[in-house]
Amino acid sequence: MKKVLIVGLSLFLVVAGVFANGSQESATTEQGAEVTQGSVLNIYCWNEEFQVRFNKYFAEKGLVPDGVTVNWIVTPNEGNAYQNKLDEALLQQENAAANDKVDIFLVEADYALKYVDTPYTLDVNNVIGLTDADLSKQYQYTKDIMTDSNGVLKGVSWQACPGGFIYRRSIVKDVLGTDDPEAVQAALSDWDKFDAVAADAKAKGYFMLSGYDDAFRVFSDNMTSPWVEGNKINIDPSIERWIDQTKLYTDSAYNNKANLWSAESYQGATKDGTVLGYFGPAWFIDYCLAPATLDDPDAPQELGNGSYGDWAFCKGPQGFSWGGTWICGAEGSDNIELIKQVMLTLTCDVDTLVGIVNDYNDFTNNVEAMTQIANSDYSSAFLGGQNHISAFLDSATSIDRSNMSPYDQGMTEKLQTAFSDYFNGTITKDEAWDNFYTSVLELYPNLTR
Amino acid sequence: MANEKLSLNIHRAVCYIVLVLLTLISLFPFIVLVINSTRLHSEILKGFSLLPGTAFLRNCRNLFTDDNIPMLKGLANSVYISALTAFLTVYFSAMTAYSVHMYRFKGRNVAFRFIMLVMMVPPQVSALGFLRLVIKMHLMDSFMPLILPCVAAPVVFFFMLQYMEASLPFEIVEAARVDGSHEIRTFNTIILPIMKPALAVQAIFSFVTSWNNYFMPALIINSKDKKTIPIIIAQLRSAEYMKFDLGKVYMMIFVAIIPLMIVYLILSRHIIKGVTLGSVKG
Amino acid sequence: MRNTIAGKKKSISYSKWGYFFLAPFFIIYFIFNLIPLFSTFYNSFFENYRIGLMQVGPKFVGFSNYIEIFTNSNVPRYAVNTLIMWLMGFVPQLLVSLLLSVWFTSSHLRLKGQNFFKTVIYMPNLIMAAAFAMLFFTLFSDSGPVNDILISMGVVDTPYRFLTIKGSARGLIALMNFLMWYGNTTILLMAGIMGIDESLFEAARIDGASSLQVFFRIILPLLLPILVYVMITSLIGGIQMFDVPQILTKGDGLPDRTTMTLIMYLNKHLFSRNYGLGGAVSTLIFLITAVLSFIVYRITMKNYFSSSKKGDK
Repeated sequence: MKKVLIVGLSLFLVVAGVFANGSQESATTEQGAEVTQGSVLNIYCWNEEFQVRFNKYFAEKGLVPDGVTVNWIVTPNEGNAYQNKLDEALLQQENAAANDKVDIFLVEADYALKYVDTPYTLDVNNVIGLTDADLSKQYQYTKDIMTDSNGVLKGVSWQACPGGFIYRRSIVKDVLGTDDPEAVQAALSDWDKFDAVAADAKAKGYFMLSGYDDAFRVFSDNMTSPWVEGNKINIDPSIERWIDQTKLYTDSAYNNKANLWSAESYQGATKDGTVLGYFGPAWFIDYCLAPATLDDPDAPQELGNGSYGDWAFCKGPQGFSWGGTWICGAEGSDNIELIKQVMLTLTCDVDTLVGIVNDYNDFTNNVEAMTQIANSDYSSAFLGGQNHISAFLDSATSIDRSNMSPYDQGMTEKLQTAFSDYFNGTITKDEAWDNFYTSVLELYPNLTR
Repeated sequence: MANEKLSLNIHRAVCYIVLVLLTLISLFPFIVLVINSTRLHSEILKGFSLLPGTAFLRNCRNLFTDDNIPMLKGLANSVYISALTAFLTVYFSAMTAYSVHMYRFKGRNVAFRFIMLVMMVPPQVSALGFLRLVIKMHLMDSFMPLILPCVAAPVVFFFMLQYMEASLPFEIVEAARVDGSHEIRTFNTIILPIMKPALAVQAIFSFVTSWNNYFMPALIINSKDKKTIPIIIAQLRSAEYMKFDLGKVYMMIFVAIIPLMIVYLILSRHIIKGVTLGSVKG
Repeated sequence: MRNTIAGKKKSISYSKWGYFFLAPFFIIYFIFNLIPLFSTFYNSFFENYRIGLMQVGPKFVGFSNYIEIFTNSNVPRYAVNTLIMWLMGFVPQLLVSLLLSVWFTSSHLRLKGQNFFKTVIYMPNLIMAAAFAMLFFTLFSDSGPVNDILISMGVVDTPYRFLTIKGSARGLIALMNFLMWYGNTTILLMAGIMGIDESLFEAARIDGASSLQVFFRIILPLLLPILVYVMITSLIGGIQMFDVPQILTKGDGLPDRTTMTLIMYLNKHLFSRNYGLGGAVSTLIFLITAVLSFIVYRITMKNYFSSSKKGDK
């Protein structure tokens, strides 16, 4: 057997050698000449959001030292490919050549804790070297999330993600008689009022929400206990409320039965759309909603181009946060000083953070800058000239994500899928719970029902 | 005679009706694809329409000028990988099948049964182990682990064997041996030409399979320069936090099919040619 | 029968070439498939999974993964789902492909526009499964063209929600599989029929055989090897059905896990890096496939395998 193995392997290596020489594409470059340490900054991410900001506010300002190449490893989220790739790379980190090691990687709120409590993330204060003073202006919750069980900060973010209710001015005016954000907020300030408006909207031929999962984040963010206690799956009353409310909305035709992120969901926001509003944070407005409202994406983004400009923002029945992207330094990196500069520039520098608000309408992670913008004449064209930053301010300081768990991503996905059958009327609530537990236990074999 | 003519015409009519129906069903997804690639994101969101839009050139330009989408490089990579895969798969599968079909060596039955057995193993079963192996061999971010394993393709082997069973007589090889032809030469110059229709069929299938493969390449390829078309499409569709433009996505899917069409049209001609050339039949 | 000539006279001097031609396959298979495969079987006896980046195990647990599957999972249910969707898609596919390949190769019918039709029927296979599923979503969504047509024809009042109803969800998956693979099968069968000597048809026609007689007496027997290939591979393809239902039903086999196939179930364990349970499910699927294929072999290959494959000692 051993002999066969040796013969096989050597034959393989011969073939491999032929191949490597035959094509310039193969792996030879990796084993190529030894280069001085720290000349490659490997950044793992899943789309171009961070890349655009990095290039604009860091690279183009000449902050990447000479001789350092920034290498982007962009892997799409689809099929969990991003986390698969990142995990394999991190687990191989020790054995990887210096220039192949992960230096920076990005994580999202739903799975951030999977990485925070591990030795694969660098200590932001003591290893990377950001001081408490540097970080003092950041929203506390963005730091709480990334703090591990020993109180060590493991990542920083340029954004804070307070959410609210983004409503269609013309529809709300038809239903409530006004589209003024304060008056609308008064009419939607708790769930009972929200339900009453939903009924009115239905009577006028509108959908209060687009689909089943639209309000999910509002409820899941207001959970008073984590998804998992010990090793037991725990269902928070807030989740039960989401299920009951969504069933009511579906059966009463208050929603359009669209799936989140589906074309139908966005269709409700186009010029002829009949959806009254969407729950979402700042990034949702700019990245998802605004582009979907335009009739002609290349024409000026202004009132009259689709439903652009016919929107406004209010806090809604409950404050919540949704998502967020954090920058983590990877253990084993040979570019620690550069990571420090990236973190400082992109998450602590007021000019950068104000720039991001002006260029991308994002809500950025700096209490002072946000307060300043909230009190300025800043306005969003998409929201009909409203200064939505001021509407976000309240929610931002009150965000509390202490009930996060490393299981949030799986729980959210499996719950939404399992209960879509229940909302559709295919199965009973008990059957939906059974399917949910089955799916979750397949995903996390260590948990119990 | 007139009766027979009539029945032939009825037969033909039935054939045409069925074919036209199947054509309509098969082309419908393409009609949607092509029409949507001419429409703007906002128009697509508004629902389907049979009338094409006017944004074909604009979507095209958006696709090819986007710096983050290495479209041309991706096409080149996919062509390179798929072509090599198709070549290696058909060549070595024919070779393996030839060995089992032609020679009576010790262990031949064992080898045949072994391949038939492993043919049933779903590829997903060994996917994780494969990935760990690739990492250990330091072959991450290279094309080799995507190309080399296709030398061993049990399903293609089985097809080649069945084809030989049906249309490769031993007499030809006997004759070649009498003429003093070397075994490798016989295989390359006599056997392969006879197998042309089978080779062409499987070359098309391997090319298409490799072209559309997303799962493994997405885990193995890192660099932007080495990305294949399915990875780029997934990146375009990675919608959640990204401005995504459905017009561009449809355009990309449309562009990705064009090379496949060309390969298909070229190779499918050989399926017919190989036969009309009048290869010897037993 | 034929092989006796080759077998008896020349095998001694040429048989070593058999090993030579066989070597590349086995070397590559050994490295890239067999090593990962053995680790799969080996792992099925261990508790070995990952939670996030934390590794649990490996710890030897004997057969407990298998016991877990037999007592706590719905493998039989998923097997039935797979079988139903396979029958719904592959049976029509085989019949249609057989019909088309006979038509296309018939020198009697001489259909016009053959090249066009041959190209068109294969085209759905060119679209990758993910994109094809995306198109099907568009076509069959609540506000998609299919519902528009149904409503305007007065068949339904409100949109028919295809993917939320068991029958239509399975039907759509079967339809997609049918569309993606019937051209493929037709081409295979055509290649097979074209390998048959044209003069046999001519002779039969001159003898006054009808089309049906030609089909059953000449084409079918001579096509048997390729037909067996098509049947076995489509059976394997059926058991391995994965990407279409996975994408169309978000990986959870909606509605109510009625479109969950065996490999989708396996994929759930692979997704959570559960090498133990995943290995056990793999082994089980492998055994199911082996038994089914054995049955198919026994039924279809009896005749000609007994003559050629078992010919040598």
